[in-house]
Amino acid sequence: MNWEALVPLIGIILIIFGVGVWAGKYVKSSNTFLDDYFLGGRSLGGFVLAMTMTATYGSASSFIGGPGTAYTEGLGWVLLAMTQVSTGYFVLMVLGKKFAIVTRKYNALTMVDFLKERYRSKWVVLISAFSIIVFLFSAMAAQWIGGARLIESLIGIPYTTALFIFAVLVLIYVVIGGFRAVALTDSIQGTIMFFGTLILLIATIIAGGGISNIISDLSAENPNLITPYGAEGTLTPAFVSSFWILVGVGVVALPQITVRAMSYKDSRSMHRAIIIGTIVVGVIMLNMHLIGVFARPILPGIEVGDRVMPLIALEVLPNWLAGIVLAAPMAAIMSTVDSLLLLVSSSIVKDVYLNYVEPKASHDRVKRLSIGVTAVLGVIVFLLALNPPDLIIWLNLFAFGGLQAAFIWPIVMGLYWSKGNKYGAIASMVTGVGLYILSDTFYPQPFGLHSVVLPVVVSFFAYVLVSLGTQDRHQVVKS
Amino acid sequence: MKYKGDYDVKEQNTPDSDPRYKVANREALIGVGLVLFNFIWWFAFAYGLGGKDPAEYTYVFGLPAWFFYSCVLGFVVMAALVTIAVKKWFVEVPFDEEGEET
Repeated sequence: MNWEALVPLIGIILIIFGVGVWAGKYVKSSNTFLDDYFLGGRSLGGFVLAMTMTATYGSASSFIGGPGTAYTEGLGWVLLAMTQVSTGYFVLMVLGKKFAIVTRKYNALTMVDFLKERYRSKWVVLISAFSIIVFLFSAMAAQWIGGARLIESLIGIPYTTALFIFAVLVLIYVVIGGFRAVALTDSIQGTIMFFGTLILLIATIIAGGGISNIISDLSAENPNLITPYGAEGTLTPAFVSSFWILVGVGVVALPQITVRAMSYKDSRSMHRAIIIGTIVVGVIMLNMHLIGVFARPILPGIEVGDRVMPLIALEVLPNWLAGIVLAAPMAAIMSTVDSLLLLVSSSIVKDVYLNYVEPKASHDRVKRLSIGVTAVLGVIVFLLALNPPDLIIWLNLFAFGGLQAAFIWPIVMGLYWSKGNKYGAIASMVTGVGLYILSDTFYPQPFGLHSVVLPVVVSFFAYVLVSLGTQDRHQVVKS
Repeated sequence: MKYKGDYDVKEQNTPDSDPRYKVANREALIGVGLVLFNFIWWFAFAYGLGGKDPAEYTYVFGLPAWFFYSCVLGFVVMAALVTIAVKKWFVEVPFDEEGEET
């Protein structure tokens, strides 16, 4: 057990807890519980918004492997990771003010609320809520497993105990704090990530004897490591460019991102968040993945990708500083889990229960139910993570692409194209998800592209054509 | 324009009635423009300069030139462009009550 590294790590997590408890006071004293618990009362300022966005984008990148893959593939993977810089400005600019204004008019608290008001269709709501619950729940289970593995390898305790510690931490935190707590925590975590990766990158470069030295070491080992094509030359331009959709522009369709795009205070906060967010995302992505590549000549032969970051930190930094820097990925996993947990529980309580089961539920009942459902979900995920079933792992692989294929056009076109209607939305969601699952299963990488690209393109046409084709029908029925 | 009694086109389909939507639409287009520029810059330097034999690579600050221009300089350029675009062209509009259905 490495106490010198462990003490600062625990310290940071305690600070984050403190913030959660403090933010929880707002929830207790407020009258608009739902608004506060799930949206932080639409009160996020520019810095907090930028940071919570960044922490959430970061979770999309953990999905593509991060520094561990950069360690294996070389600079080509850093090139791929840099596609994420676009999320920093694109999401807030495109959903932007229109989304903020419209969701306020609709009084929408979640992405599904927005879709419900926009399309006024039970099926749109049920399909959406179902996709969110299934896909995000699995994504969350995978994150719990990751979090527990990190504690396991850091403290050296059995997996089950580590998972238990992790679950207790997350649950206490999310149950008392709600969205505001998660957003504030994200700010602390984002800040640690920002400076932590910077310090670690510099220390790594020094340990490797300078950039030129590291690059020539890499090139001597395998010249492909310093090309854009990956260690085996398998990263083709078409495949890497696909990530502009998967982790770049497609991110506008992820429910955990859209909920943030309706939570900010005013346009000034949004403007600041765009600038801060772009810079922070870019710096973190560049640093984090470069660290992975540069670690290779210093610590050759690491087999498990997830261990690259902890090992290089302990190698090139003093122990106490490594502890602080490592608090960042730990914190990132926690924040991802927190926000996913909130989203899934809001889907169940708000989108399904309040809409179709008991629309007149009292304020107190909703409050008890929200907290209760969140806690129960946590326990279920815990049980699943104890002995992860194959289905969960399989679904997790599809989670992000599946959500994008389902939601990108119903959201974007719903905002900007007045002719879009519920038939188009349903067609688009069904085609997107269906085609994505089929393509990924039977025909991965059609035309050398990542399997998310084609469904996104096809579901666009489904949306437009079906919407146009059903225009008349609508007018007739109503008049 | 309002389609009375038509459920689907209610509220959402009054883009002309709210002047704030004009601002929002323009800013969304700026976002699309920036992302296209970003993509072209990223792609052109990465595969334009990085496509040749690694033995012929040139280096900037110790990094291969393709990587420096595409990922490092490209990021700096984008951060600068985004800052300029937001400061110059983005308009502050109120989000609540004002501008609601007239």
